[in-house]
Amino acid sequence: MSAQRTISFSLNGVAVTASVEPHHTLIELLQAQFGLTGARESCGQGLCGCCTVRVDGQPISGCLYLASFVDGARVETIEGFDAPDQLSPVQQAFIETGAFQCGYCTSGFIIMATQLLDEYPQPTDDQIAHYLSGNLCRCGAYPEIIAAVKLAARKMAHETIVPTTLRA
Amino acid sequence: MASLEKPGATAKAGSQVGRSVSRVEGRDKVTGRAEYVHTMRLPGMLVAKLFRSTVAHGLVKSIDTTAARAVPGVVHVVTIDDVKRVIPNPYYGPAFHDQPILADKKVRFVGEPVAAVIARDSHVAEAAAQLITAQYDELPAVFDEVEALDSKVYVHDELRPAETFADLKHLKGVKNTNIALAYKLRRGDFEEAFARAAHKFEHEFRTQKVLHLPFEPHATIADYKDSGVTLYTASQGPSFVRTEIARLLGWPENRVRIKVPYVGSGYGSKLYIKLEALAVALSMIAREPVKVALSMDEMFYQITRHPCTFRIKTGVDVDGRIVARKCEVFWNGGAYADIGPRVTQKAGLTASGPYDIDNVSIDSFALYTNVTPSGALRGFGVPQLVWAYESHTDMIARALDLDPVKFRRKNLMRDGGRHTTGQVLADAAVEKVMDAVLDRMRWSQPFDKGLGSLRRGRGFAIAIKSVTTPTTSVAIVNVSADASVTLYCSTIDMGQGSNTVMSQIVGEVLNIPAESVRIAPCDTDVTPYDMGTLGSRSTFHMGHAVRRAAQDAREKIEQLARDVGEPEGSNVPVAELFRRRYGMQAGNIIGSGAYKPDYVAPDPETGLSPNVTPFWMVSGAGAEVEVDTETGHVKVAKLINVIDCGKPLNPKIVETQISGAALMHLGFTMFEKMHFDGGQVTNASLADYKIVGIRDLPGMMENLTVENYQHNGPFGGKGAGEVATFCVSPAIANAIDDAVGVRLTQLPLNPEAVYRALRAKSGRPLEEIQH
Repeated sequence: MSAQRTISFSLNGVAVTASVEPHHTLIELLQAQFGLTGARESCGQGLCGCCTVRVDGQPISGCLYLASFVDGARVETIEGFDAPDQLSPVQQAFIETGAFQCGYCTSGFIIMATQLLDEYPQPTDDQIAHYLSGNLCRCGAYPEIIAAVKLAARKMAHETIVPTTLRA
Repeated sequence: MASLEKPGATAKAGSQVGRSVSRVEGRDKVTGRAEYVHTMRLPGMLVAKLFRSTVAHGLVKSIDTTAARAVPGVVHVVTIDDVKRVIPNPYYGPAFHDQPILADKKVRFVGEPVAAVIARDSHVAEAAAQLITAQYDELPAVFDEVEALDSKVYVHDELRPAETFADLKHLKGVKNTNIALAYKLRRGDFEEAFARAAHKFEHEFRTQKVLHLPFEPHATIADYKDSGVTLYTASQGPSFVRTEIARLLGWPENRVRIKVPYVGSGYGSKLYIKLEALAVALSMIAREPVKVALSMDEMFYQITRHPCTFRIKTGVDVDGRIVARKCEVFWNGGAYADIGPRVTQKAGLTASGPYDIDNVSIDSFALYTNVTPSGALRGFGVPQLVWAYESHTDMIARALDLDPVKFRRKNLMRDGGRHTTGQVLADAAVEKVMDAVLDRMRWSQPFDKGLGSLRRGRGFAIAIKSVTTPTTSVAIVNVSADASVTLYCSTIDMGQGSNTVMSQIVGEVLNIPAESVRIAPCDTDVTPYDMGTLGSRSTFHMGHAVRRAAQDAREKIEQLARDVGEPEGSNVPVAELFRRRYGMQAGNIIGSGAYKPDYVAPDPETGLSPNVTPFWMVSGAGAEVEVDTETGHVKVAKLINVIDCGKPLNPKIVETQISGAALMHLGFTMFEKMHFDGGQVTNASLADYKIVGIRDLPGMMENLTVENYQHNGPFGGKGAGEVATFCVSPAIANAIDDAVGVRLTQLPLNPEAVYRALRAKSGRPLEEIQH
């Protein structure tokens, strides 16, 4: 359709290059060229949070964010949050509290919860609701998600130095 | 029996069911590794995008695909004429073969697929689809379910029932009607008893059109070869898809393979057959794998819940006993029947509620209209009915100045008594559920009803539902030579936790930890038949099949022990038995099990049957609300949800099913609504169709089960997925009435509806807006 452009960026800690067209979104880039499907398009309008990815430490909606914008950036997807046989505290807390059902929105919630705990290690109820109000869960796992965030906060407080993402 | 695992890893009997095992797929889901069809790619795969009808009812005069074909990168542009060259009779559906793969001479709703563009690149396909144009001769359309009953506008020229259901066969070839099924129940003599009743009540309730919106939109990849076709599909019913695709192709079922990876939820939207027939046709034409994946806005044109009009009449005697009830239920089925006729019948038979009434008349009509088709949505029609009968029950109590608790208690069905259908009620904890709701609500305590413009109220509701019957499940348990165990079943875990519960059942029978059981991904080449993951049937039906398959495997292990000369009660590890039998780590033990409950079809004249369901689902809800009388805004301060699911086989998963079901229905109750203008959906996106978010949670919510044991259920259990949906709407409406004395009879209970009702009550009604 249009001119291709080569971009270079850091993807979950690894330097990569990719050839993108101007209209490609970050989700398309991650899925088509890197086989990373943990960030998923659902509403296509940046409202549901299923496509959440971190770019230079900030969560963005990958379904709206153009692929070419990540040139030179540091991109973190859910696939970079665990290490072999080791989950991040937030991931572990999601399992322990049963904070997901179908799992389609889970990546986005985990990234936003991680972002919240990076900024506020002991979040208030209102901070939790504020940070997670851009993520929707049609299965309605919100009570368990809130419990997971609180459990993860406790886990992280009790362990001395725990990186929120294990490989990034 | 011989131990199935090395010492230390063996589980004690009774220790696997009833335990809150963490979801077995947890790691895949929290690491983003879970695979869904919507994000899946096959080598060489093409993608298709759809061109959809812009008129609600019309004859297709012409379709101009010239410009689309000229777009570089477009491989095919497909209309029904192309489809008919590969599938000569391209009509599908579970109850009626009424839905064409693409519009065939006629369109019946706005959004109906008319043509498909196939390309390598999805942007190319989408851009090309927008260049297609079509000319229609518009026909008058019918949108309302009550109008459809007598309308001279007929959505279908002739009815085409599938062979599947006995009660639809007589409709074959019937013309000049929109009625896809009329179910009736007659018990006693309603007219006579109503005429004699001391108090008479009649109300009409309506529910709006809402939809499932699973976050993984519908998606199917078909890979057709002349030797066989493989589908990767986000489906809740792979066995039905296989049967239906085989029928369309005139093939035996073993040439059709359905694979289902993780499913990004369904709630009923991915049942029976949706995109699968289209994807197969497109792959046959392209002779390459073709993917059809909807965007979220396209789901508004795929399947929705049934809007419903319910006219209910009740006669009450001087002692407050309900002596007569008449229910007329009109289901807005949309343009294609999907499973609407079954919703009409299966929900219909419970329309008079959990009350012991001697004289009941029920008529339940499935109606075709010119809107997006309606199907099953988490409750199979029952939430729409409970909304009406529990609002109505409360209105009667208020009008007669009776305590709503005492009025219900006087009329409740009880275990050992008879359900309206005539079936003896067993293991249905109706009163226990009601008591639990009232207890958690502290119903007998004084209640602060608020002051000034903030008024508080409380309400509750109770309900009963049968399970879709008769249906079959089959399971296979495979014990490998190292004693590890794999379960093969076609129940789809779309988030409800069935894989975890099934592994618990296997573990329980074989005395091994549930966590050690592997569940094979659904693949109809390997996993046996299951009627479908629907209607809260899996724990009971598949649970029994899995229990039997594991029991069969266990008996075969015991036989193996005898064959290799072990004495009775020997504790030799299973792996050692295999080694002795086969001389090395080799071989398998295969256990299989099937389950289908007994059933007596309802009498066609009376709708009565001594056995319509193997178990009853019971739920209750209580709500406390705060109504702002200046804005109509309702805050749900407290929501108590109680269900009877027999013995909870996994208490944590049951709790999250109760909570999730109730929260989904909080959205249907408070704000969700598809808006229409001349048959066109005007809010087909998440930006304009609001669903429940984290800020919408009730101030306090409790989700409970009552102590009960389902005696004919697997380990005392029964279904829990949809039960907590039933009572949310009427509990909140009853609470609003309690708070401010207005009665809403249509959903949703949004601020506009509440404010209009308040203004009307004060004699200053607002003008109606003409849409």
